[in-house]
Amino acid sequence: MLGLNTKDTRLLLIVIALTLSTPILLQPFAEGTGLAQFNAGYPDLMQRFAIFGIFAIGFNILFGLTGYLSFGHAAFLGVGSYSAVWMFKLLSMNILPGLILAVIVSGLFALLIGFVSLRRSGIYFSILTLAFAQMSFNLAYSVLTPITNGETGLQVTLNDPRILDGVNASPYTNLFGLPMSSSVKLELLGRLFTFNLGYYFCAVIAILAFYLSLRIFRSPFGLMLRAVKCNQQRMSYTGLNARPYTLAAFVISGMYAGLAGGLLAAMDPLAGAERMQWTASGEVVLMTILGGAGTLMGPVLGAGFIKYFENIFSKINDTVLHSWFAFLPDGIEDALVFVVQPFVGKGWQLTLGLVFMLVVVFLPGGLMEGGQRISAWIRRKSRKDDGRADSEHRPGTSPHIAE
Amino acid sequence: MGLLEVKNIGKRFGGLQALDDVTLSVRENTIHAIIGPNGAGKSTLLNVLVGKLIPDTGSVMFDGQSVLGRKPHEINQMGISRVFQTPEIFGELSVMENMLIPCFAKRDGAFRLHAIESIRSEKGLNAQAEQMLSDVNMIDKRHMNAASLSRGDKRRLEMAMCLVQQPKLLLLDEPTAGMARADTNNTIELLRELKSKHDITMVIIEHDMHVVFSLAERITVLAQGTPLVEDIPANIKGHPKVQEAYLGQSAEGATG
Amino acid sequence: MDVILLQILNGLDKGSAYALIALGLTLIFGTLGVVNFAHGALFMIGAFCAVTLSRLINLSYVTLDPVKTDFLGNPAKIKTPYVEAWFGPETGAWLIDWSVPLAILFAIPVMIAVGFIMERGLIKHFYKRPHADQILVTFGLAIVLQEVIKYFYGANPIPTPAPELFRGSFDFGVLIGFDPNAIIYPYWRLVYFAFSALVIGAVFAFLRFTTFGMVVRAGMADRETVGLLGIDIDKRFTIMFGIAAAVAGLAGVMYAPINSPNYHMGMDFLVLSFVVVVVGGMGSLPGAVLAGFLLGVLESFASMNWIKDIIPGIDQVIIYLVAIIILLTRPRGLMGKKGVMED
Repeated sequence: MLGLNTKDTRLLLIVIALTLSTPILLQPFAEGTGLAQFNAGYPDLMQRFAIFGIFAIGFNILFGLTGYLSFGHAAFLGVGSYSAVWMFKLLSMNILPGLILAVIVSGLFALLIGFVSLRRSGIYFSILTLAFAQMSFNLAYSVLTPITNGETGLQVTLNDPRILDGVNASPYTNLFGLPMSSSVKLELLGRLFTFNLGYYFCAVIAILAFYLSLRIFRSPFGLMLRAVKCNQQRMSYTGLNARPYTLAAFVISGMYAGLAGGLLAAMDPLAGAERMQWTASGEVVLMTILGGAGTLMGPVLGAGFIKYFENIFSKINDTVLHSWFAFLPDGIEDALVFVVQPFVGKGWQLTLGLVFMLVVVFLPGGLMEGGQRISAWIRRKSRKDDGRADSEHRPGTSPHIAE
Repeated sequence: MGLLEVKNIGKRFGGLQALDDVTLSVRENTIHAIIGPNGAGKSTLLNVLVGKLIPDTGSVMFDGQSVLGRKPHEINQMGISRVFQTPEIFGELSVMENMLIPCFAKRDGAFRLHAIESIRSEKGLNAQAEQMLSDVNMIDKRHMNAASLSRGDKRRLEMAMCLVQQPKLLLLDEPTAGMARADTNNTIELLRELKSKHDITMVIIEHDMHVVFSLAERITVLAQGTPLVEDIPANIKGHPKVQEAYLGQSAEGATG
Repeated sequence: MDVILLQILNGLDKGSAYALIALGLTLIFGTLGVVNFAHGALFMIGAFCAVTLSRLINLSYVTLDPVKTDFLGNPAKIKTPYVEAWFGPETGAWLIDWSVPLAILFAIPVMIAVGFIMERGLIKHFYKRPHADQILVTFGLAIVLQEVIKYFYGANPIPTPAPELFRGSFDFGVLIGFDPNAIIYPYWRLVYFAFSALVIGAVFAFLRFTTFGMVVRAGMADRETVGLLGIDIDKRFTIMFGIAAAVAGLAGVMYAPINSPNYHMGMDFLVLSFVVVVVGGMGSLPGAVLAGFLLGVLESFASMNWIKDIIPGIDQVIIYLVAIIILLTRPRGLMGKKGVMED
């Protein structure tokens, strides 16, 4: 179906099902219970899952397939946001023109940066992309203020021209009049489910983005990108020019980032320079590695994991901890809270850093490898047939072109 | 007029004249061996032929076109393939994927953005790659990771990757280096077979005289960057200049 | 002329910091072959050594004033630092005043210990892993280190003043024959520059004139051969890591009065220091120092008003621009060796 084999079709269908039912799946705990704060099924966060999933899927096409580690991809995210907000200001609060321009502009920007940066490889490439992104960030804060509105960030205002919108047009970002913020709430079994149009729009785009990356992974082009990672010398002696392949991958991943940036603006029409800072570039690197670089699902998982940490895990404070450990004797309770407290709440980044280090040290293939190892272990347990099981096999050095 | 015409090539590295006025003609559909003691300039010459090095002087004509100044991938597209001393393959990819890459390169050229098409739907190329793998007796290994192959299999895979492009000229850099005698004989058989099947011109650099005299139809002896003699194998054996070149340098060079 | 000199001087303090961090980065890269993204964190830990020592010295006990009362009528509290009680008020006050320079003595063992633990505990296992993995794991470590510091010291910058003697500025121009007030220069920046020059000189002298240094330099050039000579190069490299950590830490200690330490200062400097290393040439120690000062001074020139008028925003991007140009025209950087990280 759709040019995919059975296995990939199944994978795609699973992804579609999971994405569409996210508002239900992420709301497993009943309202009013202590665990309700772990529910992630609210529109703002779900939108972020989808948007940063798109960002990471795109980054993975470059890094996962070709091995070129860009430390400047946030620049494209920022450019996408700025382009989209400008479209909202000038043309229409309908998000489609903004998204289209975001993809085009970030693609052109990626073409320019990629053309220069790809003349070098390894750490030199990383530093070049980092330098370009930091330049964009610094300029957005200083001389480009007329375009970016500096530190305040670019916003929509009531007296923007919006030449395509009529007098009575919606002042909010919308899709042909349907506001992105519109939601249907449903209360069932004590759980509150929010079905938000903005999320579903992002989800559909994310599914399309995932489908496209699936096709790229299975295409001759994807094969060539993996060849770039393996052995560029053999590639050129096989009659292939590696440069345009890497440049194409760079531009495609830049366009994904621009699309993600445009969607961020479409959900909340605001664009700030901090979106382009190198820490933001570092975040997408974390997402991709954490989930599993080079795998199809890994980057999405990584993006979800980090965004969940950032938004949910960070809310656990002392009071919450005390309520959890309340059943214990006072002394032990206090001691436990004392031990756990640095790692949760505001300390979420500490835990993230530790998890990330553990993943790089022990699971070079990321969470996907962890999943595969666990399922392999379970299968082996159930078969009780150890034979010549490849427990020594380290997929870290081989491509993770798996589901 | 040969398929490959090398004229007056010179290449200097600092104080070392690696190639000095090398002229060489390789006739179509022959196996041409280049032999010589260590440091004679054989590998430098090969690197010039594939565009890795640019010589200081001279010209290289292949099939009526100049090779010099072209990038390695352009030279390959002209019809020159190279097998390396240590196999250069795509280690992290499967054997079949390794075979498909040269097939795509042959059909689509140096670059094509075929990002949506599926590899599986390329029935013709898949069949071609599988046929070639059968020819080198590796079809049962097509799903293996190329990095996990034995050294001999890696070399056969690399040869298959070159041959599937049906090059006009195949350059082999010590194809039996470090092999046991049995493997060496297998390789000789394989090369003979391929030659008869594919009508291909080969240039072989080799230390092992057993291989050279089993395969070569013409031999060029290189010493200190200069060709000494070029002749048929029978005349090379016992040629005084050749013996001088080898014995003057080292006796072990002549035996492998 | 005086304007040019002023800009050079202004660039020297930042340049010194860049040079010191880049020197440590290059030592680690050159000896161990590891790309250490946690090196900025070492700089930051150094700065917090100064903060810690200053807090330790300022530890006080409270007594009640028999005469004065506060606005609620309670007896006023008097804080007396322990050091004043132990060493007498004068020595005590002097110790408090000089806490930043004293922190050098405190930071050296701390930083060497931190370096040893990092190398033995983590970095050692990454020698054979790809550079990308090294970048990633040290990036994770940098996050962890800065979060730990944030947990203990909070997110706000902590002012850490220089000794009274070096506060304020002096008229440097008059000393060398310019008009008065042409070149006003803060004392501490001059101290910082002199200190950096001393540390850099010490590192180079150490590498050049000691047997240890010679072995390390030989190891940088050809690790395997040195290993074959029966020299335990790994042990020496661990020590080198400790030294590199100490260099970064010292740069941080002395930088504390220039810029109040905060938990993310390491990351801020790291990005620029990497640019410096690459511009200088991966693995070249003189290159790192040269590029550090060069970029510091260039940055200072670019922030002159008339230059900003000609090219708006140049001060914001000059370092990156130079890095891009150098990487494209001289791929090995200013003084880099062939074949380093080119695969």
